[in-house]
Amino acid sequence: MTSITYLEAIRAAQAKALADDPRVFIYGQDVGAFGGAFKATKGLAQLFPGRVLDSPISEDAMVGSAIGAAIDGMRPIIEMQFADFSVVGFNQIVNHAAAFFWRTNVPCPITIRLPAGGTSGGGPFHSQTIEAIYAHYPGLVVMTPATVEDAYSMLLEAVAIDDPVIFCEHKYLYNHLKAASLPTEAMPAGKARIARPGRDMTIVTYSAMVHEALLVAEQLSAEGTEVEVVDLRTIKPMDTDTIMASVARTGRLLAVGEAWPWGGVTAEVVARVATEGFGLLDAPPQRLNAKDTPVPYHPNLWSAHRPTAQSIAAAARNLIRL
Amino acid sequence: MSPMTASQQIADKHNLLREKSLKAFRIMLLARMLDDKFSSLYRAGKIHGGVFLGRGQEALSVSIGLALRKGDVFAPLIRDGAGRLAFGETVLEAVRTYLGSPLGPMRARDGNVHRGRPRDGYLPMISHLGAMIPVVNGMLMARRFRGITDVVGATCIGDGATSTGAFHEALNQAGVEKLPLIVVIANNFYAYSTPTNRQFACASLVDRAIGYGIQGHTVDGTDLFACLEVTQQASDAARAGGGPQMIVATLLRLCGHGEHDDSSYIDPKLKTSPYGRDCLKVAEDLLLAREWVDAPTLSEWRMACTEEIEAAVSKVQREPLPDPFQETWIALATSKLSELNQP
Repeated sequence: MTSITYLEAIRAAQAKALADDPRVFIYGQDVGAFGGAFKATKGLAQLFPGRVLDSPISEDAMVGSAIGAAIDGMRPIIEMQFADFSVVGFNQIVNHAAAFFWRTNVPCPITIRLPAGGTSGGGPFHSQTIEAIYAHYPGLVVMTPATVEDAYSMLLEAVAIDDPVIFCEHKYLYNHLKAASLPTEAMPAGKARIARPGRDMTIVTYSAMVHEALLVAEQLSAEGTEVEVVDLRTIKPMDTDTIMASVARTGRLLAVGEAWPWGGVTAEVVARVATEGFGLLDAPPQRLNAKDTPVPYHPNLWSAHRPTAQSIAAAARNLIRL
Repeated sequence: MSPMTASQQIADKHNLLREKSLKAFRIMLLARMLDDKFSSLYRAGKIHGGVFLGRGQEALSVSIGLALRKGDVFAPLIRDGAGRLAFGETVLEAVRTYLGSPLGPMRARDGNVHRGRPRDGYLPMISHLGAMIPVVNGMLMARRFRGITDVVGATCIGDGATSTGAFHEALNQAGVEKLPLIVVIANNFYAYSTPTNRQFACASLVDRAIGYGIQGHTVDGTDLFACLEVTQQASDAARAGGGPQMIVATLLRLCGHGEHDDSSYIDPKLKTSPYGRDCLKVAEDLLLAREWVDAPTLSEWRMACTEEIEAAVSKVQREPLPDPFQETWIALATSKLSELNQP
C-alpha cells in the first residue's frame, strides 16, 4: 500500500468534504487553480468548479464573508496562507464568529485552517504557533492534530460541527509525517489520546511536539523511566479528564508546547492539574515552551528557540529527580 | 405609446411615489418617537449601557430599508432605527433589546443597537466598524452558490468607518466578486468627535467607488425624496447585476454620538447650514405642501406612534428579567463539546 502524508490527508479530507456536502466551499489566497501555497488544495478547483475560490489578500474580508456564508447555510473552509497571517482577520474570528452563536442562537460553522509551527528558515512571520490566543476566546473550537489520521478525521469533523473551528495544522508535519492509509474510524474531537502509555511521568503535549515527546519517551525508557505521552488533539475544549487520569497514574507532569510561554496551553494544563489534581502530584508540575522572543530565522537559533527532543529529555530527567 | 397610456403611467408613478413617501414618513416618525422614548428611558436610568439615536438620519435610513425586499440582506448600524423598522423590525423587538428582556431577539446577551434576526437576513452589528460589510458579502456569496439571484444586500456605515481596513477589504472583495451589495455611507462630518479633515483626505468619499470598480452615488441626506430615489436606483442596479453600489449621503447628526455625549464639538455653522436641516421636518413640510397629508392625519399618526411605543415599553417592563441561574453559560453550539468544556 502506498503511504499518505499529513498534507495529503488534509487535501483528501477537503476533497471528501466537498464531494459529500454541497454546502462546503474553500476560500483563501492562491487556493484555486494554483492549489495553495503548500498544495493543500491541489487539484480541488478543477475537481469542484466554482467551489474553490481565490481570495484577495484580505484576511478580515475572508473571515467576514465566511461568517456571512455560514450563517446563511454554507460550510466554508478558509485557508490562511500562514497561521501568522490569521491575526489580520483576528477581529472577525474572535469578536464576530466566536460570539455569533452566543449572541444570536444561530450557529456559525466555519473552519479556518492555520498552517502553523516552525520550519527551518521560516523566521518570525512564517513560523508561529498561536492556538492559545484563539483558545482564549469563548465560542471557538481549536484543533491541533498531531497525526495523519487526526489531520484527516478532525478536519472532516471541523467542517461537520456547528461551531467555528481553528484548525492548526503543523507545517513541519506536512511532508515528514506519513501513514499507511487514511483512517476509517476516528476518535471524536475534544478527546485526548494516550500516544504512549507509561507509569513514571506524564508529558502532555500536542501537534508536532507529540513526536518529540515520543522520541524522549523512547530514550528515557532505555534509562528505565516510562513516560506516558498525552496528545491533547483538541486544545479547546481541553480533555481534563484524560490529563488528570494520566497524572493520577504517574504523579508527575511535564506540559510541552511549541508556542510562547506566557499564558497558553501549557499554563492551562498546569493550572488545571495544580488546582484540580494537586493531591495526585508527587512533584511540582513542570512546563516547557519556546523562548519568549519572536521565532528566529537561522536554523541554529531556531532549533534552540523551541523545545526539541533534547531539551524535553533534559526537562523530563530533571522532573524525575524532583 | 398612446397619450392616454403615457399619462396613466405618470399618474401611476405619482401615486407610487406618494404611497412610498407617506409610508417612509410614517416609519421615520415612529423611529424618531421611539428614539425620543429611549432617550427619556436613558435619562431616567432605565436603560443599562449606551443609547444611540438616529436623529437627523431617518430619511436616509428609511430609504435603504424600503429599497430592500423580504429575502434581501440588511446590516444596519447605530443610527438606523428607521431602516430597521422599514426592513421589518418591530418596536417590541427594539424595546426588548434596549431593556435587556430575555424574550428579545438577543435574549439580554447583547443589547441596544446590537440586534437582528440573522435567519431573516437582518444582521446584528458588532461594534467594530466596517466588520459587517464582508458578512453581507458572504451572505450574498452563499445565495449565489445556491443559485439564488434577484437578491441584494445593504449595509450602512459612517464617514469614520471608511478609514478602516475592514471597509477597504470588503469593498474590494465585493468589487472582485461583483456582488449585489449596497453600501450606504452617512457622512455626518464627525466620527464621534473627529472631524472629517482628520479622517480622510480625498475630495469626496464617493471618489473611492472608482478605486473599487463599483458604482458611486451621492445624495443630500436631509431630503427624503432624493434618498428614496437614489436608494431605489442603487437597489435596482445591484439587483439587475450591476455590481456593488456605494451611496454617500451628506447630513448632520442632530444628537450626540450617544446620549452620553453633548456633541458640543459640532461647528455651529454646520447646524445652520442646509445639512443641519431636520429631515423629518423637511419631509413633513413637503408632504403638507403637496397636500399628500393633512395636519389632522399627522396628529393621528403621532398618537398611534405614541400608543404603540408606550404599549411596547409597558409590556416589556412587566416581562421577567434575565436570570443568571437560567442562563446556559455555553458559548458553543456543539453540545457534546460544550459539556466537555465545563470547568
